Amino acid sequence: MARLGGDYLTRALETIALYPRPRSALIPLLHLAQEQDGWLTADAMAHVAELLELDAAEVYGTASFYDMLFTEPVGRHLVSVCTNIACLLNGGLELLEHAEERLGIRAGGTTADGAFTLEEVECIALCGEAPCLAVNWRFFGSVSGESFDRLVEDLSDGRLSEEVPSHGTLCRVRRTVGLAAEGAAVGAAEGAAKGAAEGAAERAAERDAGAGSGTEVGR
Amino acid sequence: MALTDAAPIVTARVGKPESWTLASYLADGGYESLRKALGMEPAAVTQEVLTSNLLGRGGAGFETGKKWSMLRKADPVYLVVNGDESEPATFKDHMLLEADPHQLIEGAAICAYAVGARKAFLYVRGEFALGIERLTAAVNEAYGHGALGREIFGSRFSLDAVVHPGAGAYICGEETALLESLEGKRGFPRIKPPNFPAAIGLYGAPTVVNNVETLSNLPWIISHGGEAFAALGIGRSTGTRIFSLSGHVRRPGNYEIEMAKTTFRDLIENPRLGGGVRDGRAVKAFIPGGASAPWFGPDHLDLALDQDAVGNAGSMLGSGSVVVMDDTTCMVRAAWRITRFFHRESCGQCTPCREGGGWLEKVLRRIEAGAGREEDLDLLLDVCDNLAPGLSWPPRQTTICVLGPSIPSSITSAVRMFRDEFLRHIREGRCPFHGGGVK
Repeated sequence: MARLGGDYLTRALETIALYPRPRSALIPLLHLAQEQDGWLTADAMAHVAELLELDAAEVYGTASFYDMLFTEPVGRHLVSVCTNIACLLNGGLELLEHAEERLGIRAGGTTADGAFTLEEVECIALCGEAPCLAVNWRFFGSVSGESFDRLVEDLSDGRLSEEVPSHGTLCRVRRTVGLAAEGAAVGAAEGAAKGAAEGAAERAAERDAGAGSGTEVGR
Repeated sequence: MALTDAAPIVTARVGKPESWTLASYLADGGYESLRKALGMEPAAVTQEVLTSNLLGRGGAGFETGKKWSMLRKADPVYLVVNGDESEPATFKDHMLLEADPHQLIEGAAICAYAVGARKAFLYVRGEFALGIERLTAAVNEAYGHGALGREIFGSRFSLDAVVHPGAGAYICGEETALLESLEGKRGFPRIKPPNFPAAIGLYGAPTVVNNVETLSNLPWIISHGGEAFAALGIGRSTGTRIFSLSGHVRRPGNYEIEMAKTTFRDLIENPRLGGGVRDGRAVKAFIPGGASAPWFGPDHLDLALDQDAVGNAGSMLGSGSVVVMDDTTCMVRAAWRITRFFHRESCGQCTPCREGGGWLEKVLRRIEAGAGREEDLDLLLDVCDNLAPGLSWPPRQTTICVLGPSIPSSITSAVRMFRDEFLRHIREGRCPFHGGGVK
């Protein structure tokens, strides 16, 4: 359970500064929170709400709409098997059944050691290599039962840690430029956003004190 | 009709080493079209695109130049790139984002210059992690090269571009849902009218929303001229287009071919394209333009890959994805899986879609499981009629967006074309192809 900290907070502030209206940064910030903790904790969502001057319910209401955002803990490896039409025609359902058997869980479940969560997903746009799957949104095509078993072993033994970062890590490339057309460097934009964020946090604290209670998210 | 020797436009660089880097793009003459465009009047750039008759490659197939011309005069205006490719069996933008992000950035900059946008948002489907990483790196490089940012290439035009990840929702490919999502909200489509993005778009400002493949054509159109683009293809279907071919073919993949000159049969059978149905089997049916499109049988194989020809035949070229189903395919199962997709992806705003999709999925599942009744066929068509009255094509609208009225496409196709197969499931009490049915 954590608020956005250290470099995650810096990245969040840099991200907010890219948008004309702070709320547009909501989904990118939820991805950051998920990168930090592996899933969306109530504390992180409350922090995102503070940063964007939103109610916690607005943050949770948005988060709960999207399939990639998890408001419950999820395994270190999220295995997403496609069974939509192109995969269905090429053994996608059978691959999912194999995955359930190999991991010992049903789709939607997580292994007892927290290593794997298995989910059945809609088309992930790799239909030229059906049946396909993704692990933490890194793609694997033309997957057979045999290659699935090898993949699970490689993931378990850490042999794919370069290719497949931990769950929640979406983009490992950082934006290095601010809004240059508007004449704002990354640092400058961040400074402005930080000021705004601090102001927002103060206002939120005042509001909470007035209401006499904190706000819980995601329960 | 046959495969023509028209050179690929948007996939020309796919497969080259490190094709996604600035160095590779510049080595192939990258960003020269943007320089050329910046030396033209914005209206002249729009005129080239009007001349090219580039049709949108996202699904609706609207004229791109016309879309720009309809923009309400105001300040600011925004450009939003639709990279939320989620239509089942469509996988071309996924490839373009990973293989040639600079081509997309150059196309976006050309568009922004033509319409007077100083800010572009590149909305990319959240699942495309590698595409997001490469596009982000390319945006960094483009700023460094002077192709984005302040006074681009020494001109008076300035543009900021922001890569924005989605988070998993098919509906966000619908342009007004995409704008809601970009504003940090649930992806609920907006009511049109009045919320046509050209009039009331992002933050209420006039907004151009263009697809990844559409914009990726612009550098070529500016360098070669709109006339050269319009010289390819036939009639309104100009240029080349990527077709995502999948299902029961020997060589599934993305093939960029000249519009309207080639037939579905060519696409499926040509050894340089699909290479024929796998195991030498026969085509039982195919989906000509994404999961939202009504199906065709083998009698339509000689139809040209032409937007209007396919439309007149009762379906659509849609997102350019062609799914081939051979004679081993259970059509109940295929229709059930597509229907389950729409049910899962319904945003829930409109009753016919939210409720109708769920009931259709349940009825199809029970038929596939061997527990169907003969009156289920009429029931299916009746519920479909509630979603798209008259079951005409294009469907009549009962909902805010077209997701709901797209649900009947696969069901009415399957029931009309393969009624006997449905009856066999019901009378034999089991799926004749898979036996056990589905979970």
